[in-house]
Amino acid sequence: MRMRDALREALREEMLRDERIFLLGEDIGLYGGSYAVTKGLLEEFGEERVRDTPIAESAIVGIGIGAAMGGMHPMVEIMTINFSFLALDQIVNNAAKLLHMSNGQINVPLVIRMASGGGSQLAATHSHSLEGLYAHFPGLKVVCPSTPADAKGLLKRAFRDENTVIFIEHTANYGLRGEVPDDPDFLVEFGVANVVREGTDVTIVGYSGSVHQAIRAAQLLEEQEEISAEVIDLRTLRPLDIDTVVASVKKTNRAVVVEDAWKFGGFGGELAAQIMERAFDWLDAPVARVACKDVPLPYNRNLEFYALPSEEDVVEAVLGMFKE
Amino acid sequence: MTTETRKDLMHELGAEQLGLFLYQMVLIRRFEEKCGELYTKGKIRGFLHLYTGQEACAVGSINCLEPRDKILTHYRDHGHALARGLDPNRVMAELFGKATGVAGGRGGSMHLYDVEKGFLGGYAIVAAHLPLAVGLGVAAQMRREDFVTLCIFGDGSVGEGEFHEALNMAVLWNTPTIFFCENNLYGMGVPFKASLSTEIPKLAAAYNMPAVTVDGMDVLAVYEATREAVAHARAGKGPYFIEAMTYRYRGHSMADPELYRLKEEIEEAKRRDCIDRLRRQMTDAGMLDDAGYAEIEARAEAVVNEAVEFAERSPQPALETLFDHLYKEPAIG
Ligand SMILES: Cc1ncc(C[n+]2csc(CCOP(=O)(O)OP(=O)(O)O)c2C)c(N)n1
Repeated sequence: MRMRDALREALREEMLRDERIFLLGEDIGLYGGSYAVTKGLLEEFGEERVRDTPIAESAIVGIGIGAAMGGMHPMVEIMTINFSFLALDQIVNNAAKLLHMSNGQINVPLVIRMASGGGSQLAATHSHSLEGLYAHFPGLKVVCPSTPADAKGLLKRAFRDENTVIFIEHTANYGLRGEVPDDPDFLVEFGVANVVREGTDVTIVGYSGSVHQAIRAAQLLEEQEEISAEVIDLRTLRPLDIDTVVASVKKTNRAVVVEDAWKFGGFGGELAAQIMERAFDWLDAPVARVACKDVPLPYNRNLEFYALPSEEDVVEAVLGMFKE
Repeated sequence: MTTETRKDLMHELGAEQLGLFLYQMVLIRRFEEKCGELYTKGKIRGFLHLYTGQEACAVGSINCLEPRDKILTHYRDHGHALARGLDPNRVMAELFGKATGVAGGRGGSMHLYDVEKGFLGGYAIVAAHLPLAVGLGVAAQMRREDFVTLCIFGDGSVGEGEFHEALNMAVLWNTPTIFFCENNLYGMGVPFKASLSTEIPKLAAAYNMPAVTVDGMDVLAVYEATREAVAHARAGKGPYFIEAMTYRYRGHSMADPELYRLKEEIEEAKRRDCIDRLRRQMTDAGMLDDAGYAEIEARAEAVVNEAVEFAERSPQPALETLFDHLYKEPAIG
């Protein structure tokens, strides 16, 4: 099953389970969703539960928050994470803070899905990976699936949460195929990283799109360099399963963090710092970071791929750790 | 409002209800005056936006609501909270940042909440709560509940995109939302005339929403207009817009040196004072005498004094509660 179908199955099953759930967003109904995730749901659930909205990101999210305060459990789709900046105030100042500011009186059970990631020659306004930005805000949960099964299990889990969940899908993953459980109660718990591949020499940590680069890099390292790499998919950035990462680093003594987002001030820096805080004495080399070059992503294919991190970059970073 | 309809309305409401309006307005006035005093003494910190002058807006509109209805408002929210019947002790304690405050000392002046009373908060980002009010309307429709949402904001909101996004979507989705704009002629120091190239009700009308302008210094006019709006929204006829023309007697906040307006303008507004006006009208109608008014003032004063005492002797929030209410525990299953 493709990732987009797994996501749709999660939405459909959850809507059947819980009447509080309804969907709103631009082009999610008649058009079927810009990435075809919500295709067919309007026909099945009708206009009240699958709502096409005007192009008004801030109000869409604000209405989602208000509806959540009123006892519903909405899902808002934002076409791409780049457009979520128009709704940033609602997400940060209202969704993330209301529970705390109201001293526990108002919670905001809301799922905000958005697409993220480069590699499709969409240029700088449509390509960025900004998961780490949302992970910065206490009060939000941030989910970044990398496989169809996780996409389903995590999205279903998001609807069992009473908080605002930022659910970020990598555009390059929508067509990705994989086995997906059809159990309607299949959930993937938040804050539990997935050890995708076991290894002994180095730990490569990724999330969302970068997990796939990490896996390919690990294969290359094994085949060409006889280096055994362990690969960890974080699945959720907040809550963060740092324990699994640290346990792995204590075993391998080396860590590389990989992300599609910009390096400067990025989530990889947070990860590297936490690894050093918790496992400094176990490290045989400084934690290496592989990330997008600090530049708005260009349209040109060669330039874009040069800017984005590749599996070769990961291999190079690992090899660098084995030289003195 | 014609003299006839005013008479009818006064007769319909009766001395007791009108006395309550008067009491609430006096309570808010005294409460705010005391807050100003306490701010100068350093008991209340942060931003403090006083509501004096605008009391008729809160009292006239909020008294049209049922207990199940919801209120969202902005940072100038003490008056709205008191009109809704939030415990003055706990409101004052919140301004002191105490554990007994309506937000446990986490919200302060601009962020008062009491969910049980349908008071869903003061919002300090201009216009950000307008979409929330539409969302509550969506929830009411989908849950087949007949609560309406009163959304209160200032004239400064009209420049924000969310004002327009929210009005548009409220009409598209026919939500039971009452947009209540307190036009006090200034957004901080910017005169309203310099903020908007047209008139506010014309904006609402352009979105196909019924809109009226009322005298916001006249509690009965506000009451009459809001009652109409509530009936409209409750009957499923969609959103409604009220612009209440009012005036704030104090600066925008306690930090405001008030360089942008003349004393004469403030004096002129005070001649239209909402408390004096209702008092006079009730006296003329034989519903109130001087002793009755003195009694109202004494009662308000006592409540305010008790609130200050309560706030003073309330404990600070314990430091180990800092991380409370960051996430709600998920209900799995
Ligand atoms: C988005 C945003 N921009 C600016 C401010 C700063 N600010 C706070 S109140 C205010 C004036 C708003 O005036 P108005 O809406 O007329 O309400 P009033 O204070 O007159 O009741 C401004 C500019 C803010 N809180 N939020």
